[in-house]
Amino acid sequence: MWDYSEKVKEHFFDPKNAGAVADANAVGDVGSINCGDALRLTLKVNPETEIIEDAGFQTFGCGSAIASSSALTEIIKGKTLDEALLVTNQDIADYLDGLPPEKMHCSVMGREALQAAVADYRGEEWKDDHEEGALICKCFAIDEIMVEETIRANNLHTVEEVTNYTKAGGGCSSCHEAIEGVLTRVLAEKGESFMAPAIGGAPVAAPVVAAKPKPAAKASGNLKRIRIIEMVLESIRPNLQADNGDVELVDVDGKNIYVHLTGACNGCQMAAMTLGGIQQRLIEELGEFVKVLPDTEMPVAMEGA
Amino acid sequence: MSDIYMDNNATTMVDPAVVEEMMPFFSEQFGNPSSLHSFGNKVGMALKKARKQVQRLIGAEFDSEIIFTSCGSESDSTAILSALRAQPERREIITTVVEHPAVLNLCEYLETEGYTVHYLKVDNKGRLDLDEYKKLLSDKVAVVSIMWANNESGTIFPVEEMAELAHNKGIMFHTDAVQAVGKIPIDLENSYIHMLSMSGHKLHAPKGVGVLYLKRGTRFRPLLRGGHQERGRRAGTENVASIVGLGKACEMAGSHIEFENTHVKAMRDRLQEGILAAVPNCFATGDVENRLPNTASIAFEFIEGEAILLLMNKVGIAASSGSACTSGSLEPSHVMMAMGIPYTAAHGTVRFSLSRYNTMEEVERVIAEVPGIVAKLRKLSPYWGENGPIENPESAFAPVYA
Ligand SMILES: Cc1ncc(COP(=O)(O)O)c(C=O)c1O
Repeated sequence: MWDYSEKVKEHFFDPKNAGAVADANAVGDVGSINCGDALRLTLKVNPETEIIEDAGFQTFGCGSAIASSSALTEIIKGKTLDEALLVTNQDIADYLDGLPPEKMHCSVMGREALQAAVADYRGEEWKDDHEEGALICKCFAIDEIMVEETIRANNLHTVEEVTNYTKAGGGCSSCHEAIEGVLTRVLAEKGESFMAPAIGGAPVAAPVVAAKPKPAAKASGNLKRIRIIEMVLESIRPNLQADNGDVELVDVDGKNIYVHLTGACNGCQMAAMTLGGIQQRLIEELGEFVKVLPDTEMPVAMEGA
Repeated sequence: MSDIYMDNNATTMVDPAVVEEMMPFFSEQFGNPSSLHSFGNKVGMALKKARKQVQRLIGAEFDSEIIFTSCGSESDSTAILSALRAQPERREIITTVVEHPAVLNLCEYLETEGYTVHYLKVDNKGRLDLDEYKKLLSDKVAVVSIMWANNESGTIFPVEEMAELAHNKGIMFHTDAVQAVGKIPIDLENSYIHMLSMSGHKLHAPKGVGVLYLKRGTRFRPLLRGGHQERGRRAGTENVASIVGLGKACEMAGSHIEFENTHVKAMRDRLQEGILAAVPNCFATGDVENRLPNTASIAFEFIEGEAILLLMNKVGIAASSGSACTSGSLEPSHVMMAMGIPYTAAHGTVRFSLSRYNTMEEVERVIAEVPGIVAKLRKLSPYWGENGPIENPESAFAPVYA
């Protein structure tokens, strides 16, 4: 299932500060629509010093929601409200030695519960300022709403731009189809249509083409190739002869090497296998790609040409 | 004490007898079944035998109606796309809201290509409304695709009746029977089902092998074209060892079908009854009178499924959940939501799915462990008080949702 750290498991199996604080004077109730998870944070705040003397949580949620709640209460106990408000969701995740990307919203829920509780204590109304959507990019934990809003705010048109603005799609690139889907939808709202590049993907910087070194002129050239080919055929011949067959070099035309198979090797199912085997050996010995063909496939010289 | 596996709707253990049948096909029997020589020929015979074994389990009239594929999902895609390609003038599909993603995600994609998909709804027990279905049958519909049994709740749909209704209107009928085959008797020869998907790993064969049943005469367009394998209906050199394993597994499933519907069912019934009696505020989901003999889906109110699974896992019990958190998706199980189960219960559904390898002793151990696990999590839940749910839980605890 999830790849939870030992720290997450520890706080899930044996949570700290579970339950409501009896004489609490601050309560924060928040939920994450993403997971259906919900959390009630209760605090006992010293009215003189604003120090959080006790914190307790009640969570309806998955393993990491419970672990994040437990971690949050541990982090904020003993802090003043102002100090506690500086705690980020990343702090909560770090305290737990990280959370899987799909579960980062659990730590967000923790931070929001704290904000809500502080607002409750101070008699302010707390409003949630962010929305969550389905996770699109698993590499960088970017959700759909984030992608959508960034496209709108910055008038983006391509997957590459979305990656540049949000990081979404900048990792394994599996979510590019989903990003294209969001682009299509958002652009359609403006009466525009999404135009994808033919292949897609972030354009790779054109490789610097180094001037190809000219092949060193080899004195022996084609003659040397033919010698090697003859040598390879020679070494294969005993095997073929054992099966009452034989092979002969007929012609070499660039990459195409024509041979004549005789005896048992000719025409049977094994012929193709034999040719394939010879080809493999030749490629190895010559260090270049060649094709071994039966002489029956030699191009016929055009009459009168 | 060894761990208890009650997640057989996710996948099953490969039966040791199945493994034994497969082994030679990794070593001495390595030939390509298409080859003329004796290496290939014997393997070809083995495929033929497996085809017969599958044929017998699902009651197909001819063994040539069996097409081996790589999985249940491939069979589903092949069936639906074939129906669309064979009848390009028909642009509608009928399916249900509770299908497996193998069908649902394909249908959603097809909508973006301009097809119209009708999703039949279910009631609070997961049942379909056949009147709604009948009204949708028209000559615009290329294919009806309805699962035989639901993987989460085990609810069985009346696919034989629905197939006949479609057939009488000249409409192709496909069923995803991945969860049904091997658990309930199936007799395709005497049905109007044109196409059926099954998957090896749900009935003690290996993963990565499946079957598409294609009734003789049904118009067909292959998904994979290429070699002449499977009579040109599914190209690609056969996954011989797995197919042989699937054949053996089908034979064994056939001889255990009564056991499944007596012994396995009795274990499932005891499990459900034991848990419902020991745990307050929980209930079985789906059409309990009409479901697979091995499946019990229980919703535990006010706690969340993943947390339950993690605690069960700690004491060596494996099951699965319809909670959003176990799938990484936005919503809890689409199946639970479709049945109108409230959020706070849908998140806490746990599916126990048994097999003939479970024992009554294991069932009793699970019944003994579950109440403590549920109680521990409820103690953490903001919806739960000292001895039960808080009054008006949904309004007493109404968090600000982000
Ligand atoms: C109802 C249903 N259909 C299709 C599938 C997919 O089968 P496979 O995993 O062989 O692709 C499953 C398996 O999870 C299933 O339960």
